[in-house]
Amino acid sequence: MTAALAVGLLLAAGVYLVLQRTMLRVVVGFVLLGHAVNLLVLAAGGSHRRGLPLPGQNGDEPAADPLPQAFVLTAIVITFAITVYLLGLARAGRVDPEDDDGTVDDPGTASAGVPVDAVPDPVTPPAPDVAGDDAAGPR
Amino acid sequence: MSALLAAPVLAPLLAAGALLLLGRRRPGSSPVDRAVGIAVSAAVVVIAVVLLAGAMGGEIPVLRVAGWPTVVAITFAADALSALMLLLTSVVVLLSLVYAIGTGEDDAPLTVPLVLVMSAGVSGALLTADLFNLFVFVEVMLVPSYVLLALGRERQRVAGSRLYVTVNLLASTMFLAGIGLLYGVTGTVQLGELAGVAAAGTPAALAAGVAMLAMAVKSAVVPFHSWLPGSYAVAGPAVTTLFSGLLTKVGLYVLFRLYAVLFDRDPDLRWLLLTAAVLTMVVGVLAAVGESSIRRVLLSHMVSQIGYVLVGLGLATLAGFTAALFFLVQYVLVKAGLFMVGGALRTRYGTDTLDRLGGLARRERVLAVAFGGCALALVGIPPTSGFVGKLQLASATVAAGAWWVTAALLAVSLITLVSMLKVWNRVFWVPPDDGLPERVDEAGQADEAGRAAPAGPGAGGTGSTATRPRAGRGVRAALVGPPLLLAGTALVLGVWAEPLLQAAGAAAAGLVDPGDWVTAVTTR
Repeated sequence: MTAALAVGLLLAAGVYLVLQRTMLRVVVGFVLLGHAVNLLVLAAGGSHRRGLPLPGQNGDEPAADPLPQAFVLTAIVITFAITVYLLGLARAGRVDPEDDDGTVDDPGTASAGVPVDAVPDPVTPPAPDVAGDDAAGPR
Repeated sequence: MSALLAAPVLAPLLAAGALLLLGRRRPGSSPVDRAVGIAVSAAVVVIAVVLLAGAMGGEIPVLRVAGWPTVVAITFAADALSALMLLLTSVVVLLSLVYAIGTGEDDAPLTVPLVLVMSAGVSGALLTADLFNLFVFVEVMLVPSYVLLALGRERQRVAGSRLYVTVNLLASTMFLAGIGLLYGVTGTVQLGELAGVAAAGTPAALAAGVAMLAMAVKSAVVPFHSWLPGSYAVAGPAVTTLFSGLLTKVGLYVLFRLYAVLFDRDPDLRWLLLTAAVLTMVVGVLAAVGESSIRRVLLSHMVSQIGYVLVGLGLATLAGFTAALFFLVQYVLVKAGLFMVGGALRTRYGTDTLDRLGGLARRERVLAVAFGGCALALVGIPPTSGFVGKLQLASATVAAGAWWVTAALLAVSLITLVSMLKVWNRVFWVPPDDGLPERVDEAGQADEAGRAAPAGPGAGGTGSTATRPRAGRGVRAALVGPPLLLAGTALVLGVWAEPLLQAAGAAAAGLVDPGDWVTAVTTR
């Protein structure tokens, strides 16, 4: 039950954040979603079994299922790598390094054809040296 | 035979690692990268042919990595379906790498290693018989694709990359949740042991449904399609070709596998799949009508073609599966050819907007022929492969009594014809009012080499104005050769369709009765 509540809470918070416009919040949302799913996979192995998943080391306690733990370990590594990449994308969006004039991309004046409005973009005025523009945002 | 199964995954990964270790830091064409990339992907093609030949003879090689028992082992197996898809994807990788020489995209230092890692992920996803391992390989395939997309030269590439990464990450998270739920319900993630569970019980069906839904997002099935045209359009020409041939197709493969093995072709789901298929066909083709550049027209059509493949999945008969797989193979090749023509025009004239091109039939004869051949096949005009594919699909729907689907198939083909005629007229036939478009590639080479330089969205792209000596004839051949070859393939597969039909039939037989595959991956 505790695991289900925790998964639900993390999932709700993650979905809420992913639907925000700011890229940084989307990244945090994905971190929470990743936690939610990892917890779900761990719970799938049975949360009542807590012992070491090694034969002969547990005494009376039933051994935990080692397979979900291995899954989650793999998933954490993948989530971590992609989070770093997402942060890079969040940073890259502020000043496009390939713009000749070095100006900040303005989604409002984007050329036709690319659905920029479908993509979360910073709504706050851009500050090229500061990646974390969320500090002043409502939390 | 079993040892061959590891090669399509290991060889590209090791080669990519070696290229990165010995890597060059500066942009510019590297003969070593090119040679290694092409040699490794050619080797994978050969292995796929061997595996397919074996699978057609009824042999299903199985590899349990490190010899663990079945429950925990990472199992690889190659039945006809896996081998056919592996052959298809490895051919696309090979041709895209050759084509990338022509477009100059492999000048970016990371391109070839990233493509190799992606091809390893695709091979692994196609060959594995373990659901969690499938998730891992899908991620191995996606992570390089995130970076490759961001290497594109379009102005909106950061926005496109964000869209692509967030949608795919969300789908991956959902897929993992589905796997977790399935494990919670059944206690295994081995596809062979999961055979029929979703057909037997509702909890398992719901869990497998979550995984199927995630793959539907990745395959751009309507209503989850809108991310695809917006994000693929920002990639470079060779990368777009590669993505169109690999990523959504792995999603489709997983849909086929899960529906056949886990759901045991559950008839209750057929109306849902057929509805999604028809919607995907219609929405995709209608979206293409309003588009104004070659690649955007083609990307919208891609959604439509995915619908065609889904029709076969929704019919779930032997004829339906055979038609869908035949159609899938020929359409991926044809579509790659069309993307290559569009990309070649983009490379030469700096744009593929319909308004700015025109009257190119005389000046770009080879590209015009390639486009014409591929476009005919996409529409389904005899004697091309598209005709055979669509005929098979239509007869399968008639045989299953789904007349409304037959009607949709024919109507969508007609609109596809309109769309291809529009591109043909405005790009190759009617000259524009203000004279023929001008070539930009000779003059713009130095600039392009510099623009291709940044290794990622975070890299600073200033100051690299390295000019590259272009071996004129070789580069030109690499640019127009692959699309011409693919147009020729469309013709050959149309006239001499029997071998591919047999392979598709063998793969379909394995889906209708997955017993052999299940036995092969579960027993030792």
